[in-house]
Amino acid sequence: MNEETKIQRPDEEVIIEIKGMHKWFGDFHVLRDIDLEVRKRERIVICGPSGSGKSTLIRCINRLEEHQRGDIIVDGIALTNNVKNIEKIRAEVGMVFQHFNLFPHLTIVENLALGPIWVRKIPKKEAEETAMYYLEKVQIAEQAQKYPGQLSGGQQQRVAIARSLCMAPKVMLFDEPTSALDPEMIKEVLDVMIELAQEGMTMIVVTHEMGFARSVAHRVMFMDFGKIVEENTPEAFFNNPQHERTKLFLSQILH
Amino acid sequence: MKTADATIEQQPPEPEEDIRPPVTQIGVIGWVRANLFNGWFNSVLTLVTLYGLGKIAPPFFRWAFIDSVWLTDGRACRAAAGACWSVVTSNFRFIIFGFYPYELHWRPLAAMLLLFALLFYSRDRKHWKKSLLYLWIGGLCIMGLLMRGGLLGLEPVESTRWGGLPLTLLLSVFGLTAAYPLGVLLALGRQSRLPGIRYLCIVYIEMIRGVPLISLLFMGSIIFPLFLPEGITINKILRAQVAIILFTAAYIAEVVRGGLQGMAKGQYEAAESMGLNYFLTMRLIILPQALKIIIPPTVSILISAFKDTSLVVIIALFDVLKTSQTVLSNPEWMGFSPEVYIFVAILYFLGCFSMSGYSRRLERELDTG
Ligand SMILES: Nc1ncnc2c1ncn2[C@@H]1O[C@H](COP(=O)(O)OP(=O)(O)OP(=O)(O)O)[C@@H](O)[C@H]1O
Ligand SMILES: [Mg+2]
Repeated sequence: MNEETKIQRPDEEVIIEIKGMHKWFGDFHVLRDIDLEVRKRERIVICGPSGSGKSTLIRCINRLEEHQRGDIIVDGIALTNNVKNIEKIRAEVGMVFQHFNLFPHLTIVENLALGPIWVRKIPKKEAEETAMYYLEKVQIAEQAQKYPGQLSGGQQQRVAIARSLCMAPKVMLFDEPTSALDPEMIKEVLDVMIELAQEGMTMIVVTHEMGFARSVAHRVMFMDFGKIVEENTPEAFFNNPQHERTKLFLSQILH
Repeated sequence: MKTADATIEQQPPEPEEDIRPPVTQIGVIGWVRANLFNGWFNSVLTLVTLYGLGKIAPPFFRWAFIDSVWLTDGRACRAAAGACWSVVTSNFRFIIFGFYPYELHWRPLAAMLLLFALLFYSRDRKHWKKSLLYLWIGGLCIMGLLMRGGLLGLEPVESTRWGGLPLTLLLSVFGLTAAYPLGVLLALGRQSRLPGIRYLCIVYIEMIRGVPLISLLFMGSIIFPLFLPEGITINKILRAQVAIILFTAAYIAEVVRGGLQGMAKGQYEAAESMGLNYFLTMRLIILPQALKIIIPPTVSILISAFKDTSLVVIIALFDVLKTSQTVLSNPEWMGFSPEVYIFVAILYFLGCFSMSGYSRRLERELDTG
């Protein structure tokens, strides 16, 4: 990979802006005073121990979770209870889940074409062509007519990524996309994500795949107890962590 | 950097020879052994059942077929030792059509045939398009016209004279097809985030489930008209129809709610995260899956609703069960109730069995592994 683009944050406009954001589940303070700015084409990796609020943070960005204090502005639109705005933002923000969440009653190509047809109002034929294009891209076109239940985990996750891409999103969120996969399938999914990174997709990735973080991230963030404890370039983050918690976490995860 | 190599699908190694799966069942004897005599308990059960069948089946067969009479009058029937199917054959048209004018029986017959044709055509999922809806609407108009008359030179027939099988089919086919979507809406309403809608649905569902269908029919036919202004009457069949729809919908709603609760949260999240709104999420993602899971309990409800249409006798509608009973009150045919009821049972069985058979087929077709 090209070294400068890796370390240097892209010099572009901000697409996601989170300011002083808090979230509670009942009395439980999951996210505390989160500040985060993501620029276009920027790639961020978030890691941290289980329960630290990583999933909750990225789920707030497309309002699968509702924050209670502070502001989240995505693509110029502030997230409030305005349903139309939420739907608009969701159409621009793709999300890939740990457990794929493909629609089991639809074929692969129908899974992909559904969003473009119903959200983007693209004619069915065109949407299916787009679907096939992205299936080619994730190397799975020959499975187009199968159902999700007939595919391996790695294949399903690649389909899920392709499904998000079909919507031509401006940002992609990944919530531990490889942690439900068998080891031999992790690489095929990471390869797709790396390719996406090279094409300049804006990505926020929750993952413990540190090799991936090193090679594609502009910034790595470490979360603990609902706070962003440390953030740095991958180089600095892995070679010279500042906080005790980060050191402990890295020693556990890197053995 | 080239990243494609990892994702190329591997070719499976060429098999050296074709190995067929092992044979697990060897002919009739293998089947009998595997299914009827596997273990002492099942062997005993099989023997007991065979003994029981041997005791019951031959006499019944003798009564129903060998000694039976089919096309005689009542007096000849009383002389016969076996079943008197003549009670059904001689009164066939009355049992089926009730008090519908005799010389106009072809009209309800044509309406029923049209209904069967439509049902048969709709079985195939390939035909589930918008055009099918128009086909049904057109079919309904023609059926209504055939039953009512009054247009195109068809003699008008008061709905008070409708009866028999057409009435049973009318009440059940429309009762069930209207109750199903209503039940789905109620289930969605019960899960609504808007408290007004939610409580309305809860109250409705719980109230309806708290009373027997008979009392709803009574209310519809006796109490409800008291509140209508003088001179206005609403067709009795329509009132019974509405009662059946309202009643069945409440039960369907609860089954659908069960199906909705069984859906994984990830399905909602995946749908919402690509910007689908509530209605599209429900229509495209959640309901197709939830309704599929609940096919078996739904069909149970539909089958019992079909049979419950026979309760309309208590508000003096002549459905097929009532026309059969009426035959038995004729002195000539008095006392032949087993034959008549067996006949009616067969009619109901055909209806119920085709529903459950169709539902099993649908489940198979919708199975996506
Ligand atoms: N819907 C919810 N209601 C109540 N508490 C929740 C809910 N979702 C998450 N939590 C809690 O919030 C905390 C943060 O959860 P979150 O899923 O964001 O953690 P995470 O960092 O993604 O962890 P993991 O690595 O295990 O996925 C956890 O303690 C979790 O128990
Ligand atoms: Mg998580």
